[in-house]
Amino acid sequence: MSAMRELVELRPEGLYCPAGDFHIDPWRPVPRAVITHGHGDHARAGMGSYHCVRESLPILEWRLGRQRYHVVEYGDAFLLGPARVSLHPAGHVLGSAQVRIEVAGRVWVASGDYKRQPDPTCAPFEVVPCDTFITEATFGLPIYRWPDTADVAREIVHWREACEQEGSAAVLFCYALGKAQRLLAELAPYLQAPVLLHGAIAAGVDVYRACGVALPPTETVSDQARGAEFAGRLVLAPPSAAGSAWMRRFRRAQTGFASGWMRIRGNRRRRNYDRGFVVSDHADWPGLMRTVRETGAARVIATHGNTDAIVRALCEDGIDAAAFRTGYGDEE
Amino acid sequence: MRRFAILYRELDRSTATLDKRAALVRYFRQAPPRDAAWALHLLAGGKIAGAKQRIANTRELREWIAAESGLPDWLVDDSYDQVGDLAETLALLLDDPRQPGADVPLWEWIERRLLPVANRDVEARRQVVVQAWRCLCFDERLLFNKLLTGALRVGVSQRMVQQALAEMSGVDIARIAQRMLGGWQPTPQFLEALLSHEELERDRQQPYPFFLATPLEAALRPDAPAAAEDDANAGDDPGSAPPALANDPQAVARALGPVGDWLLEWKWDGIRLQLIRRGGEVALWSRGEERLDGRFPEIEHAALALPRDCVLDGELLGWREGEDAPLPFTALQTRIQRRKPGAKTLSDTPARVQVYDLLELEGEDWRARPQRERRSALDALLAAQGDPRIVASPLLQAPDWPAAAALRAQARERGVEGLMLKRADAVYQAGRKRGDWWKWKIDPLTVDAVLIYAQSGHGRRSTLYTDYTFGLWDGDTLVPVAKAYSGLDDAQILRLDRWIRANTLERFGPVRSVPGVHVFELGFEAVNRSTRHKSGIAVRFPRILRWRHDKPAAEADRLDTLRALAR
Repeated sequence: MSAMRELVELRPEGLYCPAGDFHIDPWRPVPRAVITHGHGDHARAGMGSYHCVRESLPILEWRLGRQRYHVVEYGDAFLLGPARVSLHPAGHVLGSAQVRIEVAGRVWVASGDYKRQPDPTCAPFEVVPCDTFITEATFGLPIYRWPDTADVAREIVHWREACEQEGSAAVLFCYALGKAQRLLAELAPYLQAPVLLHGAIAAGVDVYRACGVALPPTETVSDQARGAEFAGRLVLAPPSAAGSAWMRRFRRAQTGFASGWMRIRGNRRRRNYDRGFVVSDHADWPGLMRTVRETGAARVIATHGNTDAIVRALCEDGIDAAAFRTGYGDEE
Repeated sequence: MRRFAILYRELDRSTATLDKRAALVRYFRQAPPRDAAWALHLLAGGKIAGAKQRIANTRELREWIAAESGLPDWLVDDSYDQVGDLAETLALLLDDPRQPGADVPLWEWIERRLLPVANRDVEARRQVVVQAWRCLCFDERLLFNKLLTGALRVGVSQRMVQQALAEMSGVDIARIAQRMLGGWQPTPQFLEALLSHEELERDRQQPYPFFLATPLEAALRPDAPAAAEDDANAGDDPGSAPPALANDPQAVARALGPVGDWLLEWKWDGIRLQLIRRGGEVALWSRGEERLDGRFPEIEHAALALPRDCVLDGELLGWREGEDAPLPFTALQTRIQRRKPGAKTLSDTPARVQVYDLLELEGEDWRARPQRERRSALDALLAAQGDPRIVASPLLQAPDWPAAAALRAQARERGVEGLMLKRADAVYQAGRKRGDWWKWKIDPLTVDAVLIYAQSGHGRRSTLYTDYTFGLWDGDTLVPVAKAYSGLDDAQILRLDRWIRANTLERFGPVRSVPGVHVFELGFEAVNRSTRHKSGIAVRFPRILRWRHDKPAAEADRLDTLRALAR
């Protein structure tokens, strides 16, 4: 019976909805893609057309240039064949969306990347009830539990003060899209001087500002006068700048990394950062388990990350759980 | 405990020696003595309870955390596999309390809460531990768990702690180091005595800190500094100079100058020993700061017959009278743990000390006198007594460096590790200091072995598989022969880690077995026969020399090849 077909299957090119003949965040070129958010491993070039929410459009245009975009509002349903599709806030980054697919009364939701913590720079995660929930599992072990972001922001502020005392710049590495802007917004109440930005991060900040997200004053590092004093300045840079020639201008600098991976001391030491700050745009373990429960899904499919543990834990809870091997990264 | 948890965090975060030392000084200035004594004990690698005082073993901790976090056992195990550090895993699996408890001093946690429940019934012990988890925030929870699981391992050497104490108190570091040798109780009284500017009664019973030699390769590097202080672990890592240089007498001549400026001795493969004879009493101390009293009665007996009070530095070896070479190290191993050796042990593996230095004579500290002067006095002292169990390690004569190299080439057949080169005017220093004492070891034996098991490392490597077991072919099976932890660079470790994760055959707890595919050249100092090893042999100091990408596993060496080298 065709009605019992899977609403979403794993294909070599990505997650595929046969009823609607479209892919979700495909990693190979396909005619029709529904995009959950603008990170490089989810929004790739070469698709015939892109469906996305309005808040995501400026990011996709920045990253992918001119394409055939079909833009919708959060929650507004559209039809792709017999499939009724709508996009709902995922709380991951600006414009991030879960994909709700309804065919003949059955509902599947593909989460994309999501988090449950508040984030001043994007719409909060919305629980979308469904029969089958495709969840990310980047941090799918119970050791991953996020501290309050406001506490971490204060830690960053204290670190910057300590850097100032010893005459160092405080170079904080973070992903250029999403994390950097969220950190700026969280740090805003404590800032006395403009935050300095690496060029790659400045571009993302401009996109966020253009979308109306309020962010504190920033300056780019490259616009600083020759011989400028960097001691005590907070600098945001992408992780790729770590150890590069770009770092030399700071003369004395401490480095920090803001990521969920910094929860484990070994990860920080292995990457040789002076400080690790636990700030993640993904759900932690309690967040994953809570979300699965709240969707009411009887069936769960985990993608990218630590899928083994979450699949087994859900099965022991009586939920029909399995995993998809996807092409998404676990960089954060 | 908050103050000590903050210190732990600072030490753990920092990679800079100066920052770590500053954090230590700050801590010891501020902490009340009762706390500081425990902190010192823990930083020096001590544990809170003795081997027979059980507070919680690792199995119990895993069970208790599973119950407390509401997680199944397998998920605790999976988490531990990911983190690689049990204390940290336990801390990570719980949330911080909404209302943290009031700060309780470190000493009170240990003396009033933990030690009183040692060896009590499981419920009493569980209560204390779980209550602590419920009232402590992350940093303190981590530290608390570290107290339960053993050593702190926070990248602080004994010497760094001593430097901090010396800086803080103004007491000479050599004296502090000496006072910290051997067993001591973490009490405020000990701490006070440790930092006392007076000469204490106890100072007279303590051994001196050993002076440690550096591999000669470190002097042969083109950019090698003439003298420098090494950090705690650098000493046994020859790595840096191409081995060919160590075989070139001209290179040695360039680095060390005329051979006449040096005293040459064999480098023995035994247990470094300090023999103290003071006021008719004898104490034996190993380099591991352990008193060996009672274990080597023939040596103590011979020491009593020495003509004068003295402190001697030498090597303890198994050596049968009349033989011209010592027994292999494995023979001596059978005696180390035996507190009261029987007649058979004493006759099978008689011990002997090859003495090479004189640190004290008739109560006078000789360490600041030149090597040559200490040596003459030592020879005179030992010539006056005829006991073959305490003898002077012979000085070797070489008119030039090529002749010295020729002596070194005889090392393996003589059952020694190579030569020691000691500058004739060297004073006896404390710890591993470059410049005056060099060990010129023979090139290692090598074998091409296959990686068969891997286990995750500790500390910086705790999230990576870095502890490897290697096998050699015996028929068509690979038999484990050696474990090695060092020798690969970070990029190779990362690559191998990925491969291990993707190619695991079976898991045995933390250990993964992998297909026999990757071949590595291993270097080691010696091979001895052993009844305790499945392979029938034991290798000394195995380490990875290089990854043999060019060699298929089938062409790795056979166990017989290694057996043929065994002594």
